[in-house]
Amino acid sequence: MIIFGLNFGPVVAAAPALIDGLWLTITISFAAIVFGGSVGLAAAVGRSLAPRRLKWPVDVYVEVMRNTPLLIQLYIIFLGLPALGIRFSPIEASIIGLTINTGAYCTEIFRAGIESIHRSQIEAGLSLGLSRLQVVRYVVVVPAIIGVWPALVSQFILLTLASSVCSFISLEEISGAAYTIQSATFLNFEVYIVIGAMYLLLAAGLKSLLRLVGLYSFPGPSRRSLKKAMPSATAVRAQL
Amino acid sequence: MISEFDANAFLFLLKSAQWTVMLTLTATLMGGVAGLVIALARVSHKALLRRAATFYIGVIQGVPVLVILFLAFFGVARLGLDLPAFFAAALAMSLFASGYLAEIWRGAIQSVPKPQWEASTSLALTRLQQFRYIIIPQAIRIALPPTVGFLVQLVKNTSIVSILGVVELARAGQILSVATFQPFLVFVATAALYFAICFPLSQISRRLEVKLSGYAKG
Repeated sequence: MIIFGLNFGPVVAAAPALIDGLWLTITISFAAIVFGGSVGLAAAVGRSLAPRRLKWPVDVYVEVMRNTPLLIQLYIIFLGLPALGIRFSPIEASIIGLTINTGAYCTEIFRAGIESIHRSQIEAGLSLGLSRLQVVRYVVVVPAIIGVWPALVSQFILLTLASSVCSFISLEEISGAAYTIQSATFLNFEVYIVIGAMYLLLAAGLKSLLRLVGLYSFPGPSRRSLKKAMPSATAVRAQL
Repeated sequence: MISEFDANAFLFLLKSAQWTVMLTLTATLMGGVAGLVIALARVSHKALLRRAATFYIGVIQGVPVLVILFLAFFGVARLGLDLPAFFAAALAMSLFASGYLAEIWRGAIQSVPKPQWEASTSLALTRLQQFRYIIIPQAIRIALPPTVGFLVQLVKNTSIVSILGVVELARAGQILSVATFQPFLVFVATAALYFAICFPLSQISRRLEVKLSGYAKG
């Protein structure tokens, strides 16, 4: 299989390893989306409910995570913590690293969503006789999530792409599998073209899927605004 | 070589950080020039240019930086060029920056209100003059905060070029962690240096956003 002088035959023959890698990428990304999203939501809601002088732990967490590379965070977890007697397998370290990293970005996104809810909405909710918890849930959190859904989708796509860095701590996800294949076949350029295409498809698939999740899991009236708000291109941010 | 994480070791980290900065500056400069061209192509009147730019941005934003890095590294080698790894690293980071900067700047250009175009057209300005005197000056205000914010991402992403053996901050951290057997301390110090570079940039980006938002809504 030679296209434009590039030999894809042996790469296609290595498809099973790539498919395994793809599954691993999907697994760790999914875990990090669920856990990181939860961490972000909890941190953002906690921060908004906390008194002013207790907001700093969340701010420190967010700033530290967002201003250091994911790679170094993974190194600290996978290579640094064992020195203190805490050991993780590559997949555990990857999921923990991606979770705390994405959690920080999600905190910022949810915080923006929560801050966009006007005070009068909360007062209206309370005057309707909703309890404080009900106000937090129905007036603040749910509308905030709907409002920031497009930003979250972009964040989750960036996370999936960033998970390629987990190959640095010897996880055999797509990039790790690619590295193994290229060192066995020497068809380095071809391998990376193939996995580049795989990532493109994965990102496009994830975007459509999350868009559908947004459209079908949110209550009726908010759907129309969500359709409008969905960006046609990925967000103008990159994350690692 | 080094057996303990002492002042000398920290100095080694600090010195390697200059390659991280150098790589970031190179990528900002080259990626910026390419990004501007692509952003202009993206808002061009010619459908072919527009589509090509959209495709380019989609590909750059749809694959991990790591893949871009390896394609640049092995692509350069496949062309028969024997260049230092730093060149491939700089090329990859520039490609990466160009895709994201183009998208940021496209957004900025398109958020300049339409009447600005119409007014300048009625003043008989050519399209080039419109960009030069009317659109770009206003777009810069809108684009500045996210552009500085992207630089943070760029600095962090340069950490992956350590896999090519370029001794920047992340690679220096790896070397030291093996040499000193103190991986926790070394990587925390490495992270602190990245933080020292990135945090001021993040703050500048945030300040600019607050300061310029009044004008940007226009």
